[in-house]
Amino acid sequence: MEILLAIMTGVLYAAGIYLILRRSLVKLIIGIVILGNGVNLLIFLMGGLVKERPPLIPEDGKMLEGVFADPVPQALILTAIVISFGLQSFAIVLIKRAYKVLKTDDIDTLNKTDDIT
Amino acid sequence: MTLFLYVILAPFLFAILLFGIGQQNFKRITLLASILPIALFGYFLSLTPTVINGDVLTSFTEWVPSLGINLDFRLDNLALLFSLLITGVGSIVFLYTSQYLKGHPKLLRFYIFLTVFMGAMIGLVTSNNILTLFIFWELTSISSFFLISFNNTEASSRKSAIIALTITGLGGLALLAFAVLAGELTGTYSIAEMLQSPEVFANNAYTSYLILFLFLAAFTKSAQFPFHFWLPGAMKAPTPVSTYLHSATMVKAGIYLLLRFTPHFNGNESFFIILLFVGGFTMLYAAINTLFKTDLKGILAYSTIGALGIIVFLIGIGTAASITAAIVFIVVHALYKASLFLVTGTIDHQAGTRDITKLGGLRKALLPLAIAGFIAALSSGGFPPTIGFIGKDLIYESTLNASINPTLLTTIAVITNIFMVFAGLIVGVKPFSGSKPESLGAIKKPHFILWLMPMLLAALSLIFGLFPQWVEVLFTHQITPLLTSVESPHLAIWHGFNLILLLSAITIISGIIIYFFWKPNHRKEQQIKRIEYLSPRSISLQFAQLFHNTSYFLTRVFQNGYLRRYIMIILVLLTLVFGIHIFINPRIFLSLKDIKALNWNEVVILFMMLISILFTVFTKSRLTAIAGMGVLGYTMCFIFVFYGAPDLAMTQFSIDTLTVILFVLVVYRLPKYLKLSNPTNRIRDGIIATSFGTFLAFTIIEIMNETPVKSTTAFYAENAYLLAKGKNVVNVILVDFRGFDTMIEVSVLSIAAIGVFALLKLHLKKHEK
Repeated sequence: MEILLAIMTGVLYAAGIYLILRRSLVKLIIGIVILGNGVNLLIFLMGGLVKERPPLIPEDGKMLEGVFADPVPQALILTAIVISFGLQSFAIVLIKRAYKVLKTDDIDTLNKTDDIT
Repeated sequence: MTLFLYVILAPFLFAILLFGIGQQNFKRITLLASILPIALFGYFLSLTPTVINGDVLTSFTEWVPSLGINLDFRLDNLALLFSLLITGVGSIVFLYTSQYLKGHPKLLRFYIFLTVFMGAMIGLVTSNNILTLFIFWELTSISSFFLISFNNTEASSRKSAIIALTITGLGGLALLAFAVLAGELTGTYSIAEMLQSPEVFANNAYTSYLILFLFLAAFTKSAQFPFHFWLPGAMKAPTPVSTYLHSATMVKAGIYLLLRFTPHFNGNESFFIILLFVGGFTMLYAAINTLFKTDLKGILAYSTIGALGIIVFLIGIGTAASITAAIVFIVVHALYKASLFLVTGTIDHQAGTRDITKLGGLRKALLPLAIAGFIAALSSGGFPPTIGFIGKDLIYESTLNASINPTLLTTIAVITNIFMVFAGLIVGVKPFSGSKPESLGAIKKPHFILWLMPMLLAALSLIFGLFPQWVEVLFTHQITPLLTSVESPHLAIWHGFNLILLLSAITIISGIIIYFFWKPNHRKEQQIKRIEYLSPRSISLQFAQLFHNTSYFLTRVFQNGYLRRYIMIILVLLTLVFGIHIFINPRIFLSLKDIKALNWNEVVILFMMLISILFTVFTKSRLTAIAGMGVLGYTMCFIFVFYGAPDLAMTQFSIDTLTVILFVLVVYRLPKYLKLSNPTNRIRDGIIATSFGTFLAFTIIEIMNETPVKSTTAFYAENAYLLAKGKNVVNVILVDFRGFDTMIEVSVLSIAAIGVFALLKLHLKKHEK
């Protein structure tokens, strides 16, 4: 499973990069989202996969013992998911605004300040 | 003596004071700015009796002793002579500017730069520490830059300023190299103490480098061929600047440096031979160039280069007589050239042109100015009884007694001087003689300062010519250690009938003949411009252009303004790093023992994931792409659920849903996908993306073979409950152990939320769009 997930991470990265290299703003943002998923999966994999043992201390215990999923990458990913939501929602609203003002969603037409009058 | 130190620092303090006064107040008290140079001139004049008796004034304060940089100032004859020139001509220029630039909106700025320049120049000639000399040297270059570009709305002024700064800055670097090398070789940064190690300057493995660096510095600053071309360009500056910096003082800094180090290199023959050659060539080259200029300041620029060439040439002859001649000529030149420049400035100010072909007959309107111009022209041409005559006599005397090829040297000197006569007459006499061209219009009478200042300088040329003994005591007595050995020549107007007098007569008569028969005009100027491409100026500018084009090309390649180019460069480089790593050191092996077995539900999820990715990438519909992206997010949830991360799954689920909803709402208003890129680009991007993904997957597999360090995890696993009383370890990390991070994260989200809200609610008026 790890190997399949590693390959899947590669696929996510490739898909994200391919979309980021497009000229459409919408594709750019979808690309960022996919790349973000790839990064999360990568961090998750680095912590090591542990099946069905969430890092919860049992009712009668005082600490995690035995085999458990690593909580540190999970904390990182949780932060990443939330922050990326902030980024994505801002970017999405921004392209809407950019389109309203500039009537284009082609990145190549947005590389000069002079055109915005 | 502390007063001496304050005197040197005074201009800088004064500049700060001026800055505090402000432009509006300064307009009313412009004349007061001249107090400083006049006071300093008085101070240096009062020191004259002491210094010419051989008492050297010193001041020593430690600054950065660990680096050998000290405020070590020393006023000997040479420094005193230059200080008098700097403050004397400075006083006149300060006064002159108050009328010349009256009402100029940037007048205060002008005076501040001028004051800083004067301070830097005094510091330069009084520094005994070679490193502070370098600092002051650079300060003069920088103030010169700002003064040349004073009319900074003109592109040509800015360009000239940049050329001047580049050339003199290059020389500054050479001076630093010289300073450090000389300091390391002699073990001291004190110029006076360096004299105790004559072997370093005479015959050492590094002596040729010392000479190279010193000459680079001196020749760039003092406009010697082939670095002379910044000086005519610097004439873009207002005329007071040309008078002060680019004729009387700053360009003499290189000369000063050579004179200062002449005693050090006394035993070194190549030092003098190179000077002789460069100075001789420069003076001839510049003298001939004066024939083809029609701008008065252009003529003066080339005659200044010629004069600087003469001085370098005289130092190069290397006898006591020639060095005396050089020093006398510095004074002679400063007096008449400053006067001629100021005359030109007033002509420009009153008549509105400096074009020699359009000027004439101004004597009626500007009679006092005409007299000043006439006397200055006489001194420039070396007519008796001006000091110029004495200066020229000394030049011929030195060349005739030179140790190598006196005939050739004298011939060169005579030819140059003939053109100097011509240049002086063209600038000082031609605009006033003859009849006034119609095109000039009525000429207003100038303010008295505008003719009095050039008149003062011209009068000094005459007075010193009549009473040469006044000058003699001032600067021929022990001015450099080289002169002490030999008795200094006696300055006088009349030496009797001899060869020198004959040469003088030939010079003057030939100069007058050229003046009457050679009329500079634009046609001749254009003709000479045909060979302009061979000049050092063109070659340097072409080199600069090549440099510029190369950087432009590189910038265009790497920073072309297209997002994907930047990303591509980063990715291709990263891919290469991954790729090289994997090829050099292939450690991809699959250790099957730790691998989790596959369940059917996992296979289904992975399959869904793959399908959703492919859909998202390849669909032609925006909504499908967003739906695919949403599905991808949900499959991620499942992976989190399978592998013990329920918190992540819940967060991912809610966030993914929100993103999709927001996206759909917005995309609804956007245009349909357009096929913007061509197949080639898509294949190229596909290759980049795929290879990056592949290498990344390989790297991940490689990393997974390593045993991860789990000490952090162990800490949280142990302490989550004991220290933070929480049983969900992920939550405890977020809200307790890393609570501040989470708080900041919340504020980031709030800012994003405010941004989103603002962008949605923003209604621009039509003109704001």
